[in-house]
Amino acid sequence: MSELELFGVAVTLLTLFAGFGVLIGLLFGFFGMGGSFLVTPALMVMGYDTDVAVASGLAFVFGTSVIATLKHRDLGQVDYKLGVLMIAGTTAGIEVGKLGLHWLQSIGQADLVVSVAYVGLLGGIGAFITYTALRGDGDGGIDHDVAEDAEVDAEDIPDVAKKIQSYRVPPMMSLKGGITVSLWMILAVAFATGLLSGLLGVGGGFIRMPALFYLVGVPVPVAVGTDLFEIVFSGGIGSFLYAMDGAVNLAIVVPLLAGSAFGARLGAAATALVEEDDIKVYFGVMLLLGALAVAVRKVGGWIEMPVLDTVALVIIIGAALLVSGAVVVSSIRELRTETSSTPQTAD
Amino acid sequence: MFGAEVAGGPAGAAVIIGVVLVEALVLYVGYGILEALVGPTLRRALGGE
Repeated sequence: MSELELFGVAVTLLTLFAGFGVLIGLLFGFFGMGGSFLVTPALMVMGYDTDVAVASGLAFVFGTSVIATLKHRDLGQVDYKLGVLMIAGTTAGIEVGKLGLHWLQSIGQADLVVSVAYVGLLGGIGAFITYTALRGDGDGGIDHDVAEDAEVDAEDIPDVAKKIQSYRVPPMMSLKGGITVSLWMILAVAFATGLLSGLLGVGGGFIRMPALFYLVGVPVPVAVGTDLFEIVFSGGIGSFLYAMDGAVNLAIVVPLLAGSAFGARLGAAATALVEEDDIKVYFGVMLLLGALAVAVRKVGGWIEMPVLDTVALVIIIGAALLVSGAVVVSSIRELRTETSSTPQTAD
Repeated sequence: MFGAEVAGGPAGAAVIIGVVLVEALVLYVGYGILEALVGPTLRRALGGE
């Protein structure tokens, strides 16, 4: 019996991609990251060629970031001025990072250095976020639901960001959340994140979003919205370049995007409900598990054990399920708390 | 799908990116309308009202 098909693609495969898309979209909408980090390895383990997996992952990230940016824009959580500065600084950083990568390749150390740096960075950021969230200090206490023109409390700004904001080298830039930072500091942070992004060959959302919060000091929702705005450009340009070689597979991208658009809407709505501290520890753990998955995959490549690719995928998808489940459960709990604390009025 | 994945070069790439962009905008508007229609009911249901 032949399998039911839609546009020449098996319906079960379309459903699988759409369901996977919901999961990814939820994380993307909530944290502003997680797209290519999850999609590309999953496609590779499913047997797609690396260029198709990377290209389709990038095209998917482009579409998802367009939708998520529009949603965050509606909530007043995109700082366009900061976004444009970040794009400029990041682009320069990526170019220098690529030069560094080429140099490492020329001396035959690229794979080792990039793998160790990637795992170290992912694990380091994950450990730092988990530690600050568990400690429950001021570094982890900003609410997600800031209003467009609301000023952020000084105690909510991380210490490192306060230090960076204290360097008042003109011109000074006023950003959403009522903070003022030197243009040069923003460009320096953007350059540094771009440098890492170019060196490691990754999109950089997991570096940029924490950098915007911990180093520049913008509120988390604005960091997420502005990061998404930047991903629209990086994802669009990247997928266009791959699409010129015919590597983007729309049979993957279209259903994934349909599912993730739904998930992203849930994720973005959840940012207005959930206290960040409730979720931050899960986010940190997801990054730690992501670091573990990348390490397992790399070790599998070195000792030629392909089964470790599947183990890595199970770790990544398990971590994504855990965190998206935590977002959904916390959102429903907040909704129920709101409902029970709202006085019922009689008509 | 739609035969667009076989296209290459700048024109083919522009078509593919265009398809993804249009799908994203349609989904944004479509899900927005859906959210406006069923969102409040769903919110009340999830809130236990």
